[in-house]
Amino acid sequence: MTEYGNGRPMARYIRHAWAFCTLLLAALLVNAARVQVIQAGSYDANPANRRPTIARYQQPRGDILVGGEPVTGSNDTGEQLRYERTYRDGPLYAPVTGFASQMYGSTFLEHAQDGVLSGTDPMLSPFPLWNDVTRGSTPGGDVVTTLDGVAQQAAYQGLHGRRGAVAAIEPATGRILALVSTPSYDPAALSGNSEATAAAWARLNHDPEKPMLNRAVRQTYPPGSTFKVVTAAAALDADVVTDLDASTDSPDPYRLPGTRTRLTNEGDGCADASLREAFEWSCNTVFAKLGVDVGVADMSATAQAFGFNDTRLRVPFEVSPSTFDTHVDRAQLALSSIGQYNTRATPLQMAMVAAAVANGGRLRTPYLVERTTRHGGETISGGGMRPDRQVMRPSTAVRLRELMTDVVTDGTGTNAAIPGAVVGGKTGTAQHGVGNSGVPYAWFVSWAQADADLEPKVAVAVVVEDASADRGEISGGGDAAPIAREVMRAVLGL
Amino acid sequence: MTKAGTAMAAPRTPAPAVRLPRRRGIELALIVLAVLLSVYGYCAVGLARTGTVPPGAVGYGAGLGVLALCAHLAVRIRAPYADPLPLPIGVLLNGLGLVLIYRLDLETPGDRAAPTQLVWSTLGVGLFIVVVLMLRDHRVLQRYSYVCVVAALALLLLPILFPAVNGARIWIRIAGFSIQPGEFAKVLLAVFFAAYLADNRNALAYTGRRLWVMQFPTGRVLGPIVTIWLLSVGVLVLERDLGTSLLFFGLFVVLLYIATGRTGWIAVGLVLAVLGAFAVGHFEPHVNGRIEDWLHPFATIDAGLGPNQLAQSLFAFAAGGVLGTGLGYGHSILIGFATKSDFILATAGEELGLAGLAAIFLLYALLVERGYRAGLALREPFGRLLAVGLASIVALQVFVIAGGVTGLIPLTGMAMPFLAQGGSSVVTNWAIVALLIRVSDSARSQYDGREAP
Repeated sequence: MTEYGNGRPMARYIRHAWAFCTLLLAALLVNAARVQVIQAGSYDANPANRRPTIARYQQPRGDILVGGEPVTGSNDTGEQLRYERTYRDGPLYAPVTGFASQMYGSTFLEHAQDGVLSGTDPMLSPFPLWNDVTRGSTPGGDVVTTLDGVAQQAAYQGLHGRRGAVAAIEPATGRILALVSTPSYDPAALSGNSEATAAAWARLNHDPEKPMLNRAVRQTYPPGSTFKVVTAAAALDADVVTDLDASTDSPDPYRLPGTRTRLTNEGDGCADASLREAFEWSCNTVFAKLGVDVGVADMSATAQAFGFNDTRLRVPFEVSPSTFDTHVDRAQLALSSIGQYNTRATPLQMAMVAAAVANGGRLRTPYLVERTTRHGGETISGGGMRPDRQVMRPSTAVRLRELMTDVVTDGTGTNAAIPGAVVGGKTGTAQHGVGNSGVPYAWFVSWAQADADLEPKVAVAVVVEDASADRGEISGGGDAAPIAREVMRAVLGL
Repeated sequence: MTKAGTAMAAPRTPAPAVRLPRRRGIELALIVLAVLLSVYGYCAVGLARTGTVPPGAVGYGAGLGVLALCAHLAVRIRAPYADPLPLPIGVLLNGLGLVLIYRLDLETPGDRAAPTQLVWSTLGVGLFIVVVLMLRDHRVLQRYSYVCVVAALALLLLPILFPAVNGARIWIRIAGFSIQPGEFAKVLLAVFFAAYLADNRNALAYTGRRLWVMQFPTGRVLGPIVTIWLLSVGVLVLERDLGTSLLFFGLFVVLLYIATGRTGWIAVGLVLAVLGAFAVGHFEPHVNGRIEDWLHPFATIDAGLGPNQLAQSLFAFAAGGVLGTGLGYGHSILIGFATKSDFILATAGEELGLAGLAAIFLLYALLVERGYRAGLALREPFGRLLAVGLASIVALQVFVIAGGVTGLIPLTGMAMPFLAQGGSSVVTNWAIVALLIRVSDSARSQYDGREAP
């Protein structure tokens, strides 16, 4: 045996072993490429992967602005999910901002504008694909709202914690000036990811008062007598009524067509009343008959022009569709025409009704986001005014304004009068529950034009759910109109 | 034998026909580059996390630089013809490992591992210097092969006397340091395997039946491989350490093949490995669970239990993509337990990307290749088998753990050489590099211009 190994060419086997090692290395490289390049997308998107969540809270969220001032903020917790949302006047603006929670997602503007606020919107980066190349992150942008802080405050204080909601719009533009829902909650309680957050979430969800329900846009109510504005518009547009002061040839009580049910009124003097009188004193019999006379087709067309049955309205968050049933018999149509049966409306929808009347029959689609900006304030999208549509003839709008003004000057809505302004309104007291046993909803819809202005500057809808424990004293004029008045005064500056 | 040896050595006493360049200058330049790269990584972590250069940057760079220079001086004095690459590769990988551990320490302020790792690295480089200075000729080791195997077995069995840590009996804790004796056993076993196979390779190559293209060894010589197999299974069952078990067995089969050139040994090895794996996988829930995790890494997510370590590791690699997030910007800490040790590669994958990972793999490949090259250049079987064996330890270890954390093969706990937290591992790897330096010095200083058979 020699040192050289007896003719066994060991070098050859060493090379074989080296080839084997090379094979192992190649397998590692190919597999690394599989994980890091080919499968990377699906791994990154795996819901159990916490990285997107960490990245999301790695920088302060952009702010939501009201009147140029942020109503939101961010707090550096130093934890893995670093920045937590804070709110100034949280309960006041909760129906607008919603919450941005590390545990429970986000709602309303926080949700609808999340791309801008979190900084992921591609519009925010200076050049296309900039962040993909630099692996940087863009600071969150700001969302400038159309809200009028003073009007919002007035509405919130007016509701005074009762269950209810207020929506106010600028008729000429569709800008939403106030959007309030009470009782409210502080969205800051849901921002974090601690046990306290989970406790707050459980408490808010189990609260019978439903503080997280945004009653202004997500709750529909029977609009009751306030829907008579729509019925009157349909009657005037269809030429069922041509003279506001002519008798309408309507019996009191009114027997619903095809039934034995007799519809009555709260007060007297509704038999054969003129449209003006019937509107002023809110005669159910007159408007039920008018609706039947107009017919399902025209009533539906007018209601839908005002925005009923529209499932696509976004302001930019979703608004629950208000409903006007288009498959009804004549008795159901009669009830639908006085805001009962299947007719339901959100407060925002009823504000749109008042706004269309105030704006000469043209309805601007409401919106809440004036513009979005980069962190520095540079505008990235105007958002702004939406298209408008003709809801009724301009002449009809003029006559409806006259009718609504009469309600405030000497009808059921005198509580809404403002010195130095022309105010038009309509009260409503909607019954609900089995056999109308529930506490009625008090409604008031109105618009106002200061004497110095060329056009109405504000349209409001107010609903108060538990206006009073005593049914006898409940009314749109008594409970809802004063709130509407304060909101309108705040907007007009009177 | 002795006579023959003297006769052989006589012609080599004058200068070899072709005197190879020493290349110590290249080694020094590469060491400086490796230290600079490590310091750069250290600074990058600090800049990413706090916006400032970390206060220890100068000290860290100076410490690493002094260690590397001492090692370089030792090589210059005692192994002037050594391969210039293994030392810089060791310095770079060790430096990068310290950077990654320091980076992960920032996520776990209560548990700092980098200072301890630096102490162990110093010990490792110290051992490197001692080996290079004291061990004048690697053939000395051949005489102590049976001492080596007894020591290796003792080291392997030692942890059984100590309580299990994290489900495996592979650690012993002394004075706050936890030591993994199995790591040292690797080098000792490599020495023993090389010596044993160099002595017995002709006997083991005795051809038995020929089946298809493979020649199978006869039953008589199956004894050694079965013994090693039983030892591996014993390690697995007693210590629940699948990785070490695989490594020993794989190393023995590779060396057996190189020594004998019989593909039949590989077949026998594979059959035994499959048998062992099947039996152990069947009876050990611990091992069985690893295989289940490998086949279905996201099963725990589907079961609503959240991602397991392997899933988190895959997420980390995926998050890195091609270029990585940059040092300090990743979230590999989500892996949780063993992020700094077994899963250290996930941090490299996430923060340095596929590009960085490929670079690290290539560094290991280069280290292994230098070992094989030394083996090819040497003339005597023990040196060849030792060089190839040591290089194969690195290769197998990298494959087993890197393949495990990237989902290529079932995960087995094992330290990524030089990168991972773990003192015993770092010291062992420095010993491996020292032996490679010694062997390559012999190979290159004896070079006579002819290729070895």
